[in-house]
Amino acid sequence: MGKNKISVYIMGKEHRVPEGLTIMKAMEYAGYRLIRGCGCRAGFCGACATIYRKKGDYKLYTALACQTTAENGMYLTQLPFIPANKSEYDLENIQAGPNAILSIYPEVARCVACNTCTKACPQDIQVMDYIQSVKRGDISRAADLSFNCLQCGLCTARCPAEIKHYHVAQLARRLHGKYLAARSEPLSKRICELEEGCFENEIDEMIELKTEDLKKRYFQREIKVSE
Amino acid sequence: MDMRFVDGYPEYMRRSIKKVEATREERISLVMEPMSAEEREELLSTYHPDHMKEGKRPLKIGSSKGEIVHQETANVLEARPQVNPDEIDLSCINHDVDILVIGGGGAGTVAALHAVYEGVLPENILITTKLRHGDANSMMAQGGIQAADGLDDDPSIHFLDAIGGGHFANKPDLVKALVMDAPRIIDWHQKLGVMYERGQDGHFVERPGGGTSRPRLHSAKDYTGMEIMRVIRDEARNLGLEVEEFSPVVELLTDGDAVTGAILMDLETREYGIVRAKSVILATGGFGRLHIQGYPTTNHYGATADGLVLAYHVGAKITDMDSAQYHPTGAAFPEPILGQLITEKVRGMGAMPVNAEGEAFVFPLEPRDVESASFIRECQERGKGIETPTGMLGVWLDSPMIEEIHGPGTIKNELIAMWRMEHQFGIDMSQDPILVFPTLHYQNGGVEIDVNGWTGIPGLYAGGEVAGGVHGKNRLMGNSLLDYNVFGRRAGISAARHARKSSPGKITLDHVTHYNSLLDEAGIDTERRSPMLLPDYRGERAIARSLNISI
Repeated sequence: MGKNKISVYIMGKEHRVPEGLTIMKAMEYAGYRLIRGCGCRAGFCGACATIYRKKGDYKLYTALACQTTAENGMYLTQLPFIPANKSEYDLENIQAGPNAILSIYPEVARCVACNTCTKACPQDIQVMDYIQSVKRGDISRAADLSFNCLQCGLCTARCPAEIKHYHVAQLARRLHGKYLAARSEPLSKRICELEEGCFENEIDEMIELKTEDLKKRYFQREIKVSE
Repeated sequence: MDMRFVDGYPEYMRRSIKKVEATREERISLVMEPMSAEEREELLSTYHPDHMKEGKRPLKIGSSKGEIVHQETANVLEARPQVNPDEIDLSCINHDVDILVIGGGGAGTVAALHAVYEGVLPENILITTKLRHGDANSMMAQGGIQAADGLDDDPSIHFLDAIGGGHFANKPDLVKALVMDAPRIIDWHQKLGVMYERGQDGHFVERPGGGTSRPRLHSAKDYTGMEIMRVIRDEARNLGLEVEEFSPVVELLTDGDAVTGAILMDLETREYGIVRAKSVILATGGFGRLHIQGYPTTNHYGATADGLVLAYHVGAKITDMDSAQYHPTGAAFPEPILGQLITEKVRGMGAMPVNAEGEAFVFPLEPRDVESASFIRECQERGKGIETPTGMLGVWLDSPMIEEIHGPGTIKNELIAMWRMEHQFGIDMSQDPILVFPTLHYQNGGVEIDVNGWTGIPGLYAGGEVAGGVHGKNRLMGNSLLDYNVFGRRAGISAARHARKSSPGKITLDHVTHYNSLLDEAGIDTERRSPMLLPDYRGERAIARSLNISI
């Protein structure tokens, strides 16, 4: 924590905080006991979506409060909840064809390709590109492009076409994972073996061993970790 | 100290990085040997934080009286219950359900889904959670999930790895359940559409972790936990499962014997609500935010051991709560990310721990407790740590080795969360090593359960980090995502079966009165109240000057 103090304006009100803190820690330093807008504190959960401007700068910036250093002259507010409807669907009864997602989220077709969603994404995801992929029916590309999404909802808050990008992307990824990704044969084989009762005896035999003998077996076990 | 920064590091740290670079080529072909049983024992007993005696004390009251636990854990167990029975009106029931699931993280969500598969209607299940649905350590797990489905692997090898990693203190029947259910869990995820990494042939890409004798970790970049959590949450939403967010349970309700409900509190309005349930599932996660022994933590904001406290109030036993996991690779620099997790996958993919002189000093894939203790020894005894500008010590994790081994671009492709986090604070981990030191990561023990997730208290089930016995004294990487799936599922199924044959019970707070009398009898005179619900990170000045005026 730096010795120098900076001014941050939390919902317009000035607070003096040490420089070098994240936005989240700056808010706490100032005396906020966070309930909304704070989750994993490590950049994985999307709870702390924040929008800010800097003094004299016209641009509206977006950030995760736990992953962004507070700067002098930052005017900020958190956006801890986005009221975006999620469609309910039964994945078992969807055909992963080109129109699968459009039929569930038809507003995707309203995309005007303004790219505001991409600019709003604190994860630097090419949001507009995956929406365009959905329009083209390329589910797998949408799944891949959207993979790093934390579902903070900033894209959706900014979209002039009322698209719920992060819900659309969730469906794309699940369709890809369920229907379009290849299947693992060794896994199917292993499950058959388990259903036949394999490995039960080997494990039960180890459970019966005296701890000393089990230890011996553990430290003598073959280690093959090359992939 | 030279404090000019070059690409994220001060000049004086750059001089140590030069030494790391100088030995990199040689270290790539260097084969380190794992420690023997004796070497492990000696290292752990001298350097592992859990072996510092002053950090713990025996519990003075309750069903596990005499058990040695960390001071911070004892403080929340030997505390007054938050709720005063005289102030609660139990006559008005807000939710009358078959199953109450406490905790909307991985274990709770899996439990609710499997209760539905078992035949309970979604409208007869209530999930309640302290923050948002999915706000949990489950979301933050990075490296992967273990399942022995490889051609050169099988569940009995997984069993041996897990039980040896846990220092043979694990409950063997729980470990058996863990490893035998694992392939089926991966198959369930596959059917739900979880995007695990696969090769061209459809086989999962599987990597080794600390203490695994085979590559067995299934991952989704370094967002594995997030990918699984967002899929199961989406499925819960599709099934119409109700989730009360920002509504932690502050106390359970019993009929004097069985658990029959709980009291919720809306964190924002402070209004309480009464739930009556035939079965209750604890899925509240662990204790990282108690900052055991003053360590920083990788854990979620809400990881305050609430479930442990609730279970202890109603007489459940706890096990292995003398054991915390300090993850070897917490970020030690820069300051804003102090204590945040650097996934073990970084080591699994070839990055080596290296000291200030550029020397390798430990087999990179020891179990976490052993690896952590070796980092502490390197810094504290051998004086070969690197000091940060704020006086913290750490060792290098030589991440650029990953690109040397697997090719340029690998880090941005497979470790994007790590790359982003470091990059946000000015460091490019594909070019420079990153500084790490152990950080509090996981509650190895917890509420005692059997293979069905039953706590021994009628009507009360538990799964995930709140429960103990699965991992003994040390959990292996990739076994926690597996744990919450296996025991969340088992708890959900058991709770559904119990609910089917039960009718709604009487709801009382008699156990709270009893617990208060235990505190009195033991002479524990304390202002402490628990469960804690959230840690308080406000600045000292703000706390000191805060007025408690009701408005």
